[in-house]
Amino acid sequence: MIAYILRRVIQSIVVMLVVGLVAFSLFRYVGDPVSTMLGQEASVADREALREHLGLNDPFFIQYATYLGRALQGDFGISYRLQQPATELILSRMPATLELAMVSGFLAFIVGVTLGVYTALRRHGWLSNLVMSSSLIGVSLPTFLTGILLIWLFAVELNWLPSFGRGETVRLGFWTTGFLTESGRASLVLPAITLGLYQMTLIMRLVRAEMLEVLRTDYVKFARARGLSDRAIHFGHALRNTMVPVVTITGLQLGSIIAFAIITETVFQWPGVGALFINSVQFVDVPVMAAYLMLIALIFVVINLIVDLLYYVIDPRLRVERSHARH
Amino acid sequence: MNRIGKKRASLTGNLVATALVLVLAATVANANTLRWARVGDALTLDPHSQNEGPTSTLNHHIYETLVDRTNEGSLVPRLATEWFIHPDDPTIWVFKLREGVKFHDGADFTAEDVVASITRVTSESSDFKALHATVDGAEVVDDYTVHIRMKGPSPLYPQNLTNFFIMDKDWLETHGAQLPQDYKSGEEKHTVRNTNGTGPYLLVSRDPEVRTVLKVNPNHWDTPPAVTEIIYTPIKEAATRIAALLSGEVDFVQDVPVQDIARLQETANINVTTGPENRTIFFTYDMSSDSLISLPGDNPFKKAEVREAMAKALDRDAIKTVIMRGQAIPGAQNAPPFVNGWDAALDAYEAPDYDGAKALLAKAGYPDGFRVDLHCPNDRYLNDEAICQAFVGMLGRTGINANLVSQSRTLHFPAIQNRQVDFYLLGWGVPPFDSQYIFDFLVHSTEDARGGWNASRYKNDDVDAMIKSLATETDLVKRDATIAAIWKQITEDRVFLMVHNQMLAYATRQGIEIDVHPENQPKMTSAVFK
Repeated sequence: MIAYILRRVIQSIVVMLVVGLVAFSLFRYVGDPVSTMLGQEASVADREALREHLGLNDPFFIQYATYLGRALQGDFGISYRLQQPATELILSRMPATLELAMVSGFLAFIVGVTLGVYTALRRHGWLSNLVMSSSLIGVSLPTFLTGILLIWLFAVELNWLPSFGRGETVRLGFWTTGFLTESGRASLVLPAITLGLYQMTLIMRLVRAEMLEVLRTDYVKFARARGLSDRAIHFGHALRNTMVPVVTITGLQLGSIIAFAIITETVFQWPGVGALFINSVQFVDVPVMAAYLMLIALIFVVINLIVDLLYYVIDPRLRVERSHARH
Repeated sequence: MNRIGKKRASLTGNLVATALVLVLAATVANANTLRWARVGDALTLDPHSQNEGPTSTLNHHIYETLVDRTNEGSLVPRLATEWFIHPDDPTIWVFKLREGVKFHDGADFTAEDVVASITRVTSESSDFKALHATVDGAEVVDDYTVHIRMKGPSPLYPQNLTNFFIMDKDWLETHGAQLPQDYKSGEEKHTVRNTNGTGPYLLVSRDPEVRTVLKVNPNHWDTPPAVTEIIYTPIKEAATRIAALLSGEVDFVQDVPVQDIARLQETANINVTTGPENRTIFFTYDMSSDSLISLPGDNPFKKAEVREAMAKALDRDAIKTVIMRGQAIPGAQNAPPFVNGWDAALDAYEAPDYDGAKALLAKAGYPDGFRVDLHCPNDRYLNDEAICQAFVGMLGRTGINANLVSQSRTLHFPAIQNRQVDFYLLGWGVPPFDSQYIFDFLVHSTEDARGGWNASRYKNDDVDAMIKSLATETDLVKRDATIAAIWKQITEDRVFLMVHNQMLAYATRQGIEIDVHPENQPKMTSAVFK
């Protein structure tokens, strides 16, 4: 077990280093930070001096090595754009992204499972057909368009919900939360739906397919023969057995919800790390871009690590195969 | 199922309740609060650190400059009450300062603050140092008089001071912020998030890129403004920004996309104001190299006939109506009408003439045209990429096959600065409102601080000499004659292929009026409630 964890941790570190290397080699294609940092009056000499000062003239392996050296000491540099420490900027934006991801993940899970079970049990009902066909729209509509449509309907036409921002937030230590204020909760609704819509339809279709599969199995038939109520069969036996793959997928999707909240955050002016990243790319703010990519890599690596370890704990077959292999 | 159903019902109930609260909140909003949205936030509150429009616009509310510019372009007093060249020494500018002005922390505004600010803005890490390149030093004469010593006569120096903000000497020293942010130091300066200006508004709170709140400064020297509180929120996405205005969540949207103007004008409770921006949009080309990057071994742009043919191909009126939806002022002189040196005769443009263009190309030895790359930004100016696409089509009618290379400004501008372009679109604002600024950067051959953006590689020694003389010529009549002579020469040589001046559009909730500022730096002190 210990050896297994250790091996996975070492693999994770290698992944992080490679992500950093790829990121650094890509930054040069994003543009030249110096031209966005200096006003249009700056002379050729001014630009060259700043480039030299920031070490942008060094070969990229040296830049990467210098960066790693500093990062190991916890120094991710000062943002070229906002002039604040990159780590601090990202950490101050993290609560907004995490709260949005949590709410939309939760929403996707609850609604997805409910609709999935319903459409599996009432396969031929008109409501099921309606849900199934509209879920196709949910999968195929781009997030950007969903967001704009929701804003138009609920903010402009109906005037029910705010069109942008996070509302009032409350500071709890290092964390800022929108859960504790009325405007904070109202602001969460539209972005959470927009961000969660795709996962919601994914979960729904997965649950439906798994349910249909399980309802055909022998033990369900046997349960019916025993005269158990529909309720006990559907929820006590079928659904429970459906949940294993669903939970795995949801866990893995949480990582992508956090990483790909960029579009939703931009549409709703949600002050999260995704919006920060987009603005940084447009300014060629290398310190923030680098810190963001490392952080996202870390999140993915940690989630994958946890999922792997959970498999090891949950699935007895994994352990059995391993002990076989040792013989 | 039942339980879930109940949960959803209560969620809907919550939504309705929330909506009611929001509607109430929107109607009781204080009449003197102005909620202001624009595409980007100020990058920093340090007024000498980022020479960037939105940053200076916000800082104008907290800090003040010695001189200010009216919407028509003339200079008016602000922290300085009068300024003149020293009668005995043409290299000294004398500034008389306003008395009784206090910084937000209560300290008196005096001459030593101006001197400390000059030292700061001319330092290595200042982003405004190029505007003060001719400054040699500054001295306190008495509490309310400052001498700014120049390296040579600089008759137009005050024109460069409209974004030069005055900071308090003692406050800077207390917080170790005598110099602006240095990126390599790894430490953030106190001035990035904290302010102490003399301006009409005090900083209440700031969350970068989320919300900045300012409230009126009760001790300000000028007449109190109608707006007593400003809530500034950047909204990057155009559709969301307009939605926020329509839903009543903001009062003033500073960047209205041209395609939304007509629709907003028809909306009952929204006002749209448009006005020309101090910014020209033009094409230019490498007219000196023997070989182009995208056409090795040849350079058609060296031939005057080719440059004339391209001018004949440009249909400015079509670009104005189709692409800009009327929001542009077409012209032929690469200078906004506000600028000293603008000439209505030079700005007059001709209708396109494709047959004439073809004949000229044939005469130049390109009867079948030629192929060249056209570089264009796609995220900097109003409809920049669409303008380039239209011109590619127009050139196609003459046989010139332009291949559009459209990319982000972060790649486009360095390509111009490093001379990696043959033919490109650029926009140019003229903050000092004088032609010298255009000549220095776009016309003078590349040399020291001049010619940094001259990727047309235009080099004319006579013109260079005339441009240099502008900097020190104190006889303004003679100076204007030189400016006219330079314009005449570069118009003949067709250095620029000017398209138009951009227009700005501001949208406000009905009952609020804000005039369009030619440099897109509106001050909320000028907002009127009706």
